[in-house]
Amino acid sequence: MIVSIASGKGGTGKTLVATGLAASLDRVQLVDCDVEEPNAYLFFPDRKLIEKAECRVPVPVVDEAKCTHCGTCSDFCAYHALAALPSQVLIFPELCHGCGGCILACPEKAVSEGSRRVGEIFRAKSGKKEIIWGELSLGEARTTPLIRAVKGMAKGGLTIVDCPPGTSCSMVESVLGSNFCLLVTEPTPFGLYDLDIALKVLEKMNIPRGVLVNKSGIGDKKVYQYLEEKGIPLLMEIPMKRRIAELYSRGTIFVQEMPEWKARFRDLLKNIEELVS
Amino acid sequence: MKQIAVISGKGGTGKTSLVASLAALAKGRAVIADCDVDAPDLHLILRPEIKEKREFLGIKRAVIDPSKCTLCGSCEEHCRFGAISGSEVDPLLCEGCGVCKLVCPAEAVSMVDRLSGYAYISQTRFGPLAHADLFPGEEASGKLVAMVREMARETAASRKAELVLIDGSPGLGCPVIASLAGVDLALVVTEPTISGVHDLERILGVTEHFQIKAAVCINKYDLNPDVSRRIEDICRERSIEVAGKLPFDPAVVEAMVLGEPVVELGGPTAEGIKDLWRALEGHL
Repeated sequence: MIVSIASGKGGTGKTLVATGLAASLDRVQLVDCDVEEPNAYLFFPDRKLIEKAECRVPVPVVDEAKCTHCGTCSDFCAYHALAALPSQVLIFPELCHGCGGCILACPEKAVSEGSRRVGEIFRAKSGKKEIIWGELSLGEARTTPLIRAVKGMAKGGLTIVDCPPGTSCSMVESVLGSNFCLLVTEPTPFGLYDLDIALKVLEKMNIPRGVLVNKSGIGDKKVYQYLEEKGIPLLMEIPMKRRIAELYSRGTIFVQEMPEWKARFRDLLKNIEELVS
Repeated sequence: MKQIAVISGKGGTGKTSLVASLAALAKGRAVIADCDVDAPDLHLILRPEIKEKREFLGIKRAVIDPSKCTLCGSCEEHCRFGAISGSEVDPLLCEGCGVCKLVCPAEAVSMVDRLSGYAYISQTRFGPLAHADLFPGEEASGKLVAMVREMARETAASRKAELVLIDGSPGLGCPVIASLAGVDLALVVTEPTISGVHDLERILGVTEHFQIKAAVCINKYDLNPDVSRRIEDICRERSIEVAGKLPFDPAVVEAMVLGEPVVELGGPTAEGIKDLWRALEGHL
């Protein structure tokens, strides 16, 4: 079973929940798909790195000996990653989506495919748990190929996916294929507004979902009214406590210092399993 | 005209609450741009009155005409995004490349424009706001960020505003890079947590990569004073100004619930933001 943890708004506590849930379970894979700012692995200081791989994406390579500078490739490219000038073809690799269209379109068979590095993928062990994450190279814009590669490292069994914030392509790619998505929100106007957008994405994708309200006690009650009106299950609440925030700030998974939360996280998983079946 | 982008790396460090207050302090002198287009919240405080609405056409999408499709499977075989199954295109997976159209022997595929959101110019009590709605799950948020920034610049030029203040998105990928292009200063809002430090170092790597001047604001600095000192050390080593230090203050959420900038409520955060604004004015 794959359970993804997403949010819309940033900083609502996705990583707090993903690491808290993982630490409450025995055997689990924790996959951090926030490749821009991966944090989950920081909470497992005893981790042992067991695998490290490059993530490479395809880029066009033009054989100038065969190229007639006809411009078919640059006319085809929807991303403006190639520009055919009278005497050469300029390539902008960071704009390329790797669709392979330029290779198919070239009448001279002058375009072939090379590759370039866009990030790294890591796999580490902490006890019986596995933590998998990706790190986007600085200055790279496109996250989806790396997210796909990170997810591809998971081996089945119970998998928790920590997603990036937002409701755009990175979030969609991260939750794709999940059996369930747990949306973490905070009871504030910003939290509610972004939760609503994230729920619309999951509805489009037909992914079963539930909500966890973090930092409960702050803000207002509107998120609760919203969930009730829409009939969306509220699966857990974590109160706003300075102690939880301080433990998080030090890189300690709060359930390790507040073990009464482990049973609550296990109940949360049981509830999710029931909702999925 | 100067441009300042407020970014963070880590999400939820307080970018939007800060930008709302800076907008109040800059009243009349700035055009505000909400460039967190897939989770925009600034409008909840600034309560804009929309003056102009433009359609945002994101990437195109493939549409297969089932009456022409022979189900030969060529498009499905060549699509690298796994977006095609039989004669159906999954709009969430299609990246609009056009390979399916290129390989289709029956001319059954067309590439159609896709309305992916709207961009707006609005009036607020603190001045003009450029903002947008990206439809849930759409791609091309970087392209929409560029459109919002262009609208903000046009408005700033026509009103002779001296500043465009950009509320960025978390992370450091496409929408953040689009928010940063050509700005005079990136104000990075961080928090004293190990996640905050990790993400700060990465986002400062990005501002250095693009040779953009950065300054840092430490929010909730009293949550973990040791980590806050580490952040100050990191900034010193990189010769980056710590332009502001804001305490943990319940007034921030109270202000959000009231729909007001925290700077108008008063209290320690409000005073800290005023100091920060004076430091930023030095960059204008």
